[in-house]
Amino acid sequence: MSLTTEFTTADGYKLTLNTGLFINNEFVEGSSTIETINPSTGQVITAVQAAEAKEVDAAVEAAHKAYYGGWKNSCPRERARLMHKLADLVERDIDELAHIETLDNGKPLKDALSFDVPGLAGQLRYFAGCTDKVHGKVIETQGKLSYTIHEPIGVCGGIIPWNFPLAMLSWKIAPALAMSNTVVIKTSELTPLSALKLGSLIVEAGFPPGVINIITGYGHVAGDLLARHMKVSKIAFTGSTAVGRLIMKAAAETNLKKVTLELGGKSPNIVFDDVENLDEAVFWSRLGIYMNAGQVCCAGSRIFVQEGIYDQFIEKFKALAASGTVGNPYDANTIQGPQISERQFERVMGYIESGKEEGATCLLGGNRVGDSGYFIEPTIFTDVTTKMKIMQEEIFGPVVAITKFKDVDEVIAMAHDTDYGLAAAVFTSSLKRAITVSNRLEAGTVWVNCYNQISENVPFGGYKQSGNGRENSVYALDNYTQIKAVKINIGL
Amino acid sequence: MVQPDLQTVRLSNGKEITVHTQLFINNEFVPGHGPLIETINPATEEVICSVHSADKQDVDAAVNAAATCFKDTWRKVAPAEKARLIHKLADLMERDRDELATLDALDNGKAFTVARDVDITDSIACYRYFAGWADKIHGKTIDTTFDKLCYTRHEALGVVGAVIPWNYPTMMAAWKFAPALAAGNCIVMKTSEITPLPAYKFAALVKEAGFPAGVVNIITGYGHTTGSFLGSHPLVSKMAFTGSTATGRKIMESSSSSNLKKLQLELGGKSAQIVCADADLDKAAEWSCGGIFNNHGQSCNAGSRILVHESVHDQFLELFIKHTKAMIKIGDPFDEDTFQGPQISKGQFEKILNYIEIGKKEGAIVSYGGKRWGNKGYYIEPTVFTNCHNQMRVMREEIFGPVVVIAKFKTIEEAIDIANDSDYGLAGGVYTTDLDTAITVTNEVKTGTMWVNCFDVFDQSTPFGGYKQSGFGKELGKYALQEYTQVKVVKILRSSKI
Repeated sequence: MSLTTEFTTADGYKLTLNTGLFINNEFVEGSSTIETINPSTGQVITAVQAAEAKEVDAAVEAAHKAYYGGWKNSCPRERARLMHKLADLVERDIDELAHIETLDNGKPLKDALSFDVPGLAGQLRYFAGCTDKVHGKVIETQGKLSYTIHEPIGVCGGIIPWNFPLAMLSWKIAPALAMSNTVVIKTSELTPLSALKLGSLIVEAGFPPGVINIITGYGHVAGDLLARHMKVSKIAFTGSTAVGRLIMKAAAETNLKKVTLELGGKSPNIVFDDVENLDEAVFWSRLGIYMNAGQVCCAGSRIFVQEGIYDQFIEKFKALAASGTVGNPYDANTIQGPQISERQFERVMGYIESGKEEGATCLLGGNRVGDSGYFIEPTIFTDVTTKMKIMQEEIFGPVVAITKFKDVDEVIAMAHDTDYGLAAAVFTSSLKRAITVSNRLEAGTVWVNCYNQISENVPFGGYKQSGNGRENSVYALDNYTQIKAVKINIGL
Repeated sequence: MVQPDLQTVRLSNGKEITVHTQLFINNEFVPGHGPLIETINPATEEVICSVHSADKQDVDAAVNAAATCFKDTWRKVAPAEKARLIHKLADLMERDRDELATLDALDNGKAFTVARDVDITDSIACYRYFAGWADKIHGKTIDTTFDKLCYTRHEALGVVGAVIPWNYPTMMAAWKFAPALAAGNCIVMKTSEITPLPAYKFAALVKEAGFPAGVVNIITGYGHTTGSFLGSHPLVSKMAFTGSTATGRKIMESSSSSNLKKLQLELGGKSAQIVCADADLDKAAEWSCGGIFNNHGQSCNAGSRILVHESVHDQFLELFIKHTKAMIKIGDPFDEDTFQGPQISKGQFEKILNYIEIGKKEGAIVSYGGKRWGNKGYYIEPTVFTNCHNQMRVMREEIFGPVVVIAKFKTIEEAIDIANDSDYGLAGGVYTTDLDTAITVTNEVKTGTMWVNCFDVFDQSTPFGGYKQSGFGKELGKYALQEYTQVKVVKILRSSKI
């Protein structure tokens, strides 16, 4: 059976798509198939092989064998060389990868070209530089030589979401590989294609078979099996808080594998009346919610504006939000593509309905765009109260709730009125306020006078129910390391 | 008539290569105002060609180019971009590996196969290792009082001066360039006037890789002129020097009388290899042989004293000589089989032969070698002295040639004392199968590196640098970054109350 398929995109780009499961450096059949949809049109792109118990076992076995068969004790320089080589190939094939990403996810092609694919390469290169810089400590103790070794964990599972398929894949595999773990990644069944294309590049780069395995499957099937597998020593999950709980439960019920979670958010974006440049604050705030059609875990989905500038802010924000094309992702003018799926589309529209029902004012948008594909207008709600669903629950769409505040104590209390704690932002020209407020905010990332600035060398992760563990930067290595202490008695 | 930059040079096998001979300043090859210096092929004693050297105005030009580039350009280049450039440079070195190795072998006399498989290979690895640090240089936030935000920045120094020796021309350049660039500095490097050719070829690769003009500047000249101008320049924030202890003192003096520039000194050594009674003698003999005779004994960390437990001395000596005979094939650097080429220069050649005479006069016995090899080129036989004691000059002074001195010891404590009875403290080694002995000896011997059951083993990620008069500061490893950064602490008070 053929495990590739040809596809021509709406802008005429010819693609050869991999549709098999990527196990042990080969593309193989699964137990069933899943259709993946083009969210810009609602049409089926192709069917891909799906992993069930047999295939999850095969992938974990392959990773296990590769780990003990040489990857665990591999030369750091060799791991670095392979990771750099893969980054080279990603950069060589950036057009192809970006086109697959836009086809399967719907994000504007220029975003895939400028952010997603370069992000994958940048992540690989950053962590390639880490492989030979793993240091333990020597600790002075009486009569002993005591030292720590930082060892890899083993077979690491990764379950990744559909909002930034390639970038999310790289956030998992790069630190894991740097620390000489092997990986089994379950992609989202909504966006399997770009990771499978990466499989071809993994082979071309020369990675030994079994080091990186990529399987498509349903969360409640392949994802659950991976989270429960006795030979998987660690699971890293990015997705909803609800599923994060299930992952933790699965680990608790099986081998207590280590768990890191990157979950949801309802991040507060706080604009004080002493902003130096209101237009800039509006620019960042708009990026903060509408980037990637609102499908960002750290989206600034609640905006708090100090009352003195509230009217001005609303006027400017509304104008900016209304500008820019929502539509064809291949059009260079498009700034927002579709929501990922029909189900997500319905969900976001449902929240818009609930906002209206609960008495908020829909100041802008609130409607579908066009009649094919899952496009939603940039939407603004004002006159909100903190207990409304649209202020409490993660919508994961282009819908922002804006409210006003008087003073700093009030806004921090409102900002904290959430179970989440992924990110936050502060807009102010006051040095004291910037530092004080960022100190007080319970969030894993605080942006000052910007939003959604994420780089591979700065850690990212949540407080509270937004998760645990950090991705990016050397901090991420902690997730893929276990520490052994050795104490040699020398009887001095 | 100003000598043009490119010169054609003929190798012993008849091949011709083109070399750069002008100073590399601000991404251009420019004539120098110092004298033309002849560089000699130590295998043939013949002149290879002449190179331009830098006088004071050239040093000024190079330093100013570096200072301007740092202020206007290099410090604004993102760390990940710096890493990319350094990786590109390493890619180009890989592409031109054979050419670089040829120049090292031609100008220094080391075997081409060694230059290619050790010097150039390790240099490339060094650049790649430090490229990976460029975007990982972290300060800290430090909790003090509730009303302050305190953090440190690890900032680049600015313009760094480097003076490198002739024993590993490309590799010694890498050990300075790689961490300096990763930490964000601009550099002016003075190569040894004895081996100027490899770095000028490297300079062409720097330009090809796309480094902005002024980041890397390479000049050559005599130590007492060019080196001295660099060492006393007020715009140079730091001098990194590898060479003799005597010159190290001069560098320190010139810093003290100019701008108190920061210093890093990698100086001489007289490292002791201790062979215990319970050692695997054959392996110890093999490792210790390489430990002294690698690079024709021209290593600061050469294991030039071997201390052997009296009970195994004769057995060890026999094995050592056996390994010396098997390992050391002397010959033309471009012969595939050659292990040992000539010593670097006439001056060094005569100095080493003189030490051999001194040793004999002091009562040491030549158990192997002891003379010149052949009658053309500065070749000296690997030489083994026995019946030595630690007060002999040949046991105390750095010979920097293929001459090893062997002495006996009775107890481990005695061996440790002998090893420590030196003004130097660069490296050392111990051969033993006993865990306690290994840990005790490595704890007690006062050197910057202690090898156990091996010698002369280097990794890019482990630091190297001496104790005592072997110098201070570390090269390689994360520790090297400290030498090329300065720490600023920022303390922001955010309370309006006093």
